Amino acid sequence: MDQIRLKTLDYSLFYGEFRALNRINLEIPSNRITAFIGPSGCGKSTLLRSFNRMNELIPGVRTEGSVQLDGGDIFREDVVSLRKRVGMVFQKPNPFPKSIFDNVAYGPRIHGVRNRSRLAEIAEESLSRAALWDEVKDQLHKSAMALSGGQQQRLCIARAIAVKPEVILMDEPASALDPVATVKIEELMNSLKKNYTIVIVTHNMQQAARVSDFTAFLLTDENRAGNVIEFGPTDRIFTSPTDRRTEDYITGRFG
Amino acid sequence: MRKFTQSMFFSVFWLTGIAAVLVMLSVAGYVVVKGFSRITPDFFTTSPRGGLSGEGGILSTIITTVYLVLLTLAVATPLGVGAGIYLVEYADQSRSPLAARITSAARFGVETLAGVPSIIFGLFGYALFVTALKLGFSLASASLAGACLIIPVIIRTTEEALKSVPDSYREGSLALGASRWETVWKVVLPPAFPGITTGIVLGAGRIVSETAIFFVTLGGSYRTPSSLMSGGRSMALHVYYLAMETRAFDKAMATAAVLVVLVVVMNLSINMISRRISRNAR
Repeated sequence: MDQIRLKTLDYSLFYGEFRALNRINLEIPSNRITAFIGPSGCGKSTLLRSFNRMNELIPGVRTEGSVQLDGGDIFREDVVSLRKRVGMVFQKPNPFPKSIFDNVAYGPRIHGVRNRSRLAEIAEESLSRAALWDEVKDQLHKSAMALSGGQQQRLCIARAIAVKPEVILMDEPASALDPVATVKIEELMNSLKKNYTIVIVTHNMQQAARVSDFTAFLLTDENRAGNVIEFGPTDRIFTSPTDRRTEDYITGRFG
Repeated sequence: MRKFTQSMFFSVFWLTGIAAVLVMLSVAGYVVVKGFSRITPDFFTTSPRGGLSGEGGILSTIITTVYLVLLTLAVATPLGVGAGIYLVEYADQSRSPLAARITSAARFGVETLAGVPSIIFGLFGYALFVTALKLGFSLASASLAGACLIIPVIIRTTEEALKSVPDSYREGSLALGASRWETVWKVVLPPAFPGITTGIVLGAGRIVSETAIFFVTLGGSYRTPSSLMSGGRSMALHVYYLAMETRAFDKAMATAAVLVVLVVVMNLSINMISRRISRNAR
């Protein structure tokens, strides 16, 4: 039985009066890859961004219900320490316009690591885990903006790993990348799940089927609020979905 | 036919462009050519001695101008940059409708102030700093009034510079657990720095070239100021005094030539600074 890392209980999210997520109940297991799939606008990114409270940056957002990380309510936790525990990788690679080293060292420095040799260790370890070390070890002080898109995205993963999170959220991490870079990111996710719990949003159903252990299918209801239609092991969702709508979606009948 | 229209309009645009450049070159060229013939080393190393014939050089006015620029920037930079950061990085991100209303009022104020003639700032400075606060005609009054004049410029350029930094940098930093302040300081400000510097140098250029506002706040003494409370005469003001109150029109031209060169050098240095910094950032 898998240990549960993240859990939502009747969790709803509103933009002003508009309900974007409707009573979401999910249990995301530890050290597994969980994929959120569904058509555009179904709320999968919003749900993902709930786990590190990034939605709070948008004016007028309000939530009901609870979201728990290791059994503790994330809305009671200090947002800085929550985001240290729950890292995020974005759709478009967004390295800072700094050197490769400074990008990886950014998080640890913010959280108080000053010692240079310690920072160098963290950088090497994080870049190795992100499968980027061999490509950049001789040019750590070059600007991150000079890397290719796929390398930039792996740098962003290294940057997230460097603060030692428990969970890594990935919002369509490969959608801006070419197929070769995509394969690298997918292999990377597989190797990362030994140490981290990964939640990924993807538009690409083959990708969800390839990389994830569990899949949640989201869909908007008649009020345009996002609902989780079905959640379970990826094998089962893709081979014998219990809900008609899930089947229609994964067989490509809509979306 | 369409080809003809096109070439006609291109010629018109070309001519207007040439005309604009010619006007600028002839003004600057006239002043520089006329003025430089009167410039000798003494001109920079002696101070004006007053009198109807406009004896002496411009040393004390150079010193006064430098003081004035430094003092004005010392007041205006922290306030202007701070306000710009507040407006873009804090007020715009806030959820409260009250904050939104205050910011839009503040923005409207900044836009309006940026277009107000400088003499209005002068009158305001005269009423507030010179008389009400009893600072008299002094560097203190003049630099405070000058700061009021350039703060809107600095706020606007700071805002533009910050807005040009992609939100994805902010998100990336916040998602790593950085506070808003850490994000602004370590991630947003470095790439915005060239833009902000440009605003500050533009403000400095404004102070170098303004006359009216200092006419009513700095006085007109041609002595080198000895403290914050002494009056003085900036180079632009000296040009005015020489032209209107002495017979030394040629010296007014010479001073003007120095001013023109100074302003051109300042603008070139903005370009160089921002190009160098943005190259380093990349």
